[in-house]
Amino acid sequence: MKKLKTTLAALMIMSSSTIFADGHQLKVGMITTLSGGGSGLGIDVRDGFMLAVKGNENISVIIKDDQRKPDIAVQLADKMIQSDKVDVLTGIIWSNLAMAVVPAAVNQGKFYLSPNAGPSKLAGKGCHENYFNVAWQNDNLHEAAGGYANSAGFKNSFILAPNYPAGKDALTGYKRFFKGKLAGEIYTKLGQKDYAAEIAQIRASGADSVFFFLPGGMGIGFMKQFSQSGINVPVVGPAFSFDQGILKAVGDAALGVKNTSQWSKDIDNPANKKFVSDFQSEYGRLPSLYASQGYDTGKLLISAMINAKVDDKDKFRDELRKANFASTRGKFSFDKNHHPIQDIYVREVIKEGKTLTNKIVSVGLKDHSNVYVSECKM
Amino acid sequence: MTSILFIEQLLNGIQFGTMLFLMSAGLTLIFGVMGLINLAHGSFYMIGAFCAALVAGITGSFWLALGASLCGAAIAGVLIEILIIRRLYRRDHLDQVLATFALILLLSEGVRWYFGAFPLYLSIPDSLNGTVPIFSEIIYSKYRLFIILMGFLIAVGLYLLITKTRLGIRIRAGQNDREMISALGVDISKLYTVVFALGAALAGLSGAMIGAIQSVEVGMGEPILILAFVVIVIGGIGSIKGAFVGSILVGVTDTLGRVFLPDLLKIFMQPAEATAIGSSIGSMLIYILMALILITKPSGLFGKS
Repeated sequence: MKKLKTTLAALMIMSSSTIFADGHQLKVGMITTLSGGGSGLGIDVRDGFMLAVKGNENISVIIKDDQRKPDIAVQLADKMIQSDKVDVLTGIIWSNLAMAVVPAAVNQGKFYLSPNAGPSKLAGKGCHENYFNVAWQNDNLHEAAGGYANSAGFKNSFILAPNYPAGKDALTGYKRFFKGKLAGEIYTKLGQKDYAAEIAQIRASGADSVFFFLPGGMGIGFMKQFSQSGINVPVVGPAFSFDQGILKAVGDAALGVKNTSQWSKDIDNPANKKFVSDFQSEYGRLPSLYASQGYDTGKLLISAMINAKVDDKDKFRDELRKANFASTRGKFSFDKNHHPIQDIYVREVIKEGKTLTNKIVSVGLKDHSNVYVSECKM
Repeated sequence: MTSILFIEQLLNGIQFGTMLFLMSAGLTLIFGVMGLINLAHGSFYMIGAFCAALVAGITGSFWLALGASLCGAAIAGVLIEILIIRRLYRRDHLDQVLATFALILLLSEGVRWYFGAFPLYLSIPDSLNGTVPIFSEIIYSKYRLFIILMGFLIAVGLYLLITKTRLGIRIRAGQNDREMISALGVDISKLYTVVFALGAALAGLSGAMIGAIQSVEVGMGEPILILAFVVIVIGGIGSIKGAFVGSILVGVTDTLGRVFLPDLLKIFMQPAEATAIGSSIGSMLIYILMALILITKPSGLFGKS
């Protein structure tokens, strides 16, 4: 028994990834979701990020799993800041976890680069000089969906999203741009997978289009059931329910659906081509938008390290602000509140051979920023 | 609100209920016969769905996949019962909860390790795709009707099994007096394994049937598990009849509540507020129902006090 305990202790010491070779100039702490429901997103962000920093001798990365739980994320962040002494934090997928971790971390003088979550609070009143969002502000893709709905001539949309802060942001974002009227507006239960009741309401409402924000498994269920319902109305939504990881599970039910995204595999620039082919050869699967966000986060970090040391916080921050890197999205810059100004595309789900994937059909919103810039005092 | 929409939603509620019944029947049997609180029941739901997705991916046949979900979950049930669960019957409920909770984590991460973190594809067969008119006015999904039908068939099957067969007699005897039945020469440990496997198989089947219209992913069983516990508490722990009535009650209350509460609140509220408050109360409704039933009947509708 004693022997077992010693072995276990030794194993635990070995597996805690705090051993570094010397010479690293910058330590990154990545907190992301790697187990349980929703882990596909975290794994993609991690893989994208690690691909970007691969072979870079100056960066060391500690990766920890937050299990999608805010309390665990907070503990991990504390440990990384206090005992691992990281310089930069990144990785969080979910807005509620970001709200629990980011404010404390940036107030302790750490940089936080968000590869996904972009809650409105951190873009507006709660913005911070050390917080950068490399993905989008939460409302962005939904605003583009609203814009697309106008151009497609939709007059009467039925909209639905889960009953939680990001869901409310989503419907607000869509309504901010959509000029038609609403045939119905529903908040579903978070985590709900069966939409028979909602689909019956859509059928009865006489809507000419449906907008939905149902990330992860929720969207898979909705799309399958909607296509089986025989309701012949166009559907539009943000890319979260149509990313590469999920399309396979939705199957042909997703074919032809328009969705909005700041990234797509077919954006034509050298950085993106390299990213897509490198990602495929490294991991043996097509990248998703989450992977592209992780990758851009890594590239942004490297770009800032060229001219500044992370210890010189002001200089490092200025370098980050320049966003002087070749983004997979092409044109990319930060607005005053450190959130991206970028094009948001409208994509369509198509079949390439046997693989379901997306292709760009138009630019939904050009050089789009967010409405919270004016609230940010920085 | 029209009567057509109402009937359609009622059917949706019943369909939800029958699926809950498949989950809660096993849960209540296992608790009734062995006195075991099995938190890992949701994992069999997941195992069934993954087995189905695997077989459907290889053979392309939905029906073989359904069979695979039954067998896969039952085999997993037998193995887990013999290796782990068997040691827990004599322990108190806290130990059982801890051990079966650990099983959830092990099984979830095991499945994720083997199948990966991305949801799998499982779809319904073409013969059940689309809709069918009922009384010429109501357009209803064929597949959901199929789920309702399967649920009722299994309910009848379970009723016959419990009331008419030797195994059923033993199960009932086990529920009444565990020690006496083993003193009478019944191989109690075999009976336990069979009951556990039966419960696991039902959960697996429901996982596959629901996975086909929702998503097959790690952690899919836990939200259903919570509802299944609500059902067996409402119906009375150990009672199959209670599980059936409880399931339909929970299914219908939940569906009708979240659809019609916002409309109802719109009569005396702003539409935006009514939507937000209505959907919040809608998702609480089954717990309110549970509280009300427990106040009037503390041991559930069909439970023995």
